[in-house]
Amino acid sequence: MTAAVIARPAHRITPRLGLQNTATLTWRSLIQIKHNPMELLDLSIQPLMFVLLFTFVFGGAVAHSTSDYLRFALPGIIVQNALFATMTTGVGLNSDLTKGVFDRLRSLPIARSAPLAGRIVADTVKQVWAIALLLGAGMVLGFRVETNVLAALAAVGLLVVFTLAVSWISVLVGMLVSEPEKVQVFGFVVIFPLTFVSNAFVPIGTMPGWLQAWVKINPVSLLANAERGLLTGGAVAAPLLESLAWALGIAAVFAPLAVRAFKRRV
Amino acid sequence: MTYAIRAEGLVKRYGDTTALDGVDLDVRTGTVLGLLGPNGAGKTTAVRILATLLQPDAGHATVGGFDVVRQAHEVRRLIGLTGQFASVDENLTGTENLVLIGRLLGLPRAAAKARARELLAQFHLSDAADRAAKTFSGGMRRRLDLAASLVGRPRVLCLDEPTTGLDPRSRSELWDVVRSLVADGVTVLLTTQYLDEADQLADDIVVVDHGRIIATGTPGELKAKAGAQTLAVRPVDPEHLATVVTLVESVTGGTPAIENLTVTVPVTDPAVMPTVVRGLDDLGVLIGELSLRGASLDEVFMTLTGHSTEDDKALEAVA
Repeated sequence: MTAAVIARPAHRITPRLGLQNTATLTWRSLIQIKHNPMELLDLSIQPLMFVLLFTFVFGGAVAHSTSDYLRFALPGIIVQNALFATMTTGVGLNSDLTKGVFDRLRSLPIARSAPLAGRIVADTVKQVWAIALLLGAGMVLGFRVETNVLAALAAVGLLVVFTLAVSWISVLVGMLVSEPEKVQVFGFVVIFPLTFVSNAFVPIGTMPGWLQAWVKINPVSLLANAERGLLTGGAVAAPLLESLAWALGIAAVFAPLAVRAFKRRV
Repeated sequence: MTYAIRAEGLVKRYGDTTALDGVDLDVRTGTVLGLLGPNGAGKTTAVRILATLLQPDAGHATVGGFDVVRQAHEVRRLIGLTGQFASVDENLTGTENLVLIGRLLGLPRAAAKARARELLAQFHLSDAADRAAKTFSGGMRRRLDLAASLVGRPRVLCLDEPTTGLDPRSRSELWDVVRSLVADGVTVLLTTQYLDEADQLADDIVVVDHGRIIATGTPGELKAKAGAQTLAVRPVDPEHLATVVTLVESVTGGTPAIENLTVTVPVTDPAVMPTVVRGLDDLGVLIGELSLRGASLDEVFMTLTGHSTEDDKALEAVA
């Protein structure tokens, strides 16, 4: 046996150690992608496919021009994709729970919050990657940021804040269901209709009145409007504040529930 | 004498089910305690409590002198955990899994990599070092699981059914690893439903059934407790089986059974052996195999619980 360095875990968890543990577990979540091509597909191909499909299939019909449609719909597509992507947090946590990885981690002398925090940080990195990818693809197809760099960064920041809030729902679902696939089913059943019954892809003018009433307060619409304002100009303040209010409300309700479920399950 | 693990009156309930109903355990430092019992006996619950993953409803336990509830962090610094519920990440390679644990235990990056290489070599996994764990065979997976629990050189190792579902060769390889760890002074708590595994590895055995301890002792003591020895006779010519049965029955007074062309019968008096040999000789029966052995742990279990471990498995399969 070589004269190797022997692990001497600290006697106490300090905030610095907690951050180190979180960074290590973030690294772990990110290198998983290398061995799981499906995840890379989810992260990259699927958003690109949506941009292409929506632009060339719906674009002409909805806006009579693919470039006009892209200007309207790209922010909406980014919002939809970001909301779907929040489910990866719950899927990942649930698969760690059901496959026993969580028990291994919990038997180690590390910060209790690190497995959850590491997962969330990694998923945020993935979110930013997907947003950048969608913006880049949109630009290749003719989308332009008509505001400025700061506003564009704010657009990304707003999405990150909003998806972090929604992640708590994902964590809660991930803690409650018995297998990872059920988190995806939840995402499909709840987020799919939520994003479609909004102004993310089409203007609301042709929808029946009762539906419009909902669409106007749907957080997806508000978020899409805020993103439009930040990326292509127009009203920003109102939809931005309303989106943030939704984010705050969602986090206030679901973060405590998710943390409670997390503590109960682990 | 020092104890690496002490547990007193552990109780754990899940709703109406009582998984543990007052279990005491003492594991001497540097020895292997085999926690033996059928599925659902409460073995895993006991390990989860000792590994700080679960809090007992009553009773208390210490590992290395630290309380598993109040000083959980200190306990985690000492233990390694491996088994059916604590697993590696199948989307990481062998190396990445071990580096992950090393980094979490505070090793610098280079040291974590060196430790990973060392363990992969020790467990004959060097060739698979850069493959995702999901591509590993069952035996390789278990070896990686065990390696992962050894990254921090734990003084106390909890192995929860480490060989369940493994082929005989992988099993005996794993046994060798456990033996070499014990030779280095590691204390091991091993749960198993395989009686021969406890017999092979454990210094002391605690037999649990339905959350209660039903027997404790060394493998030898437990076998003695069950009392009976088994006489086995295999005639060279299978035609003679009936003759052997008649003779053995009249000499021992027991009810013989035939298994693999061998007649077996429980005996209490070792003196029957020469009588049987003379009788067979008189009848002209050539003996292929003749033995008098202590009862197997399976037979011990049968005596202690009134049902065999196999019965339990069959019941679970039905349910």
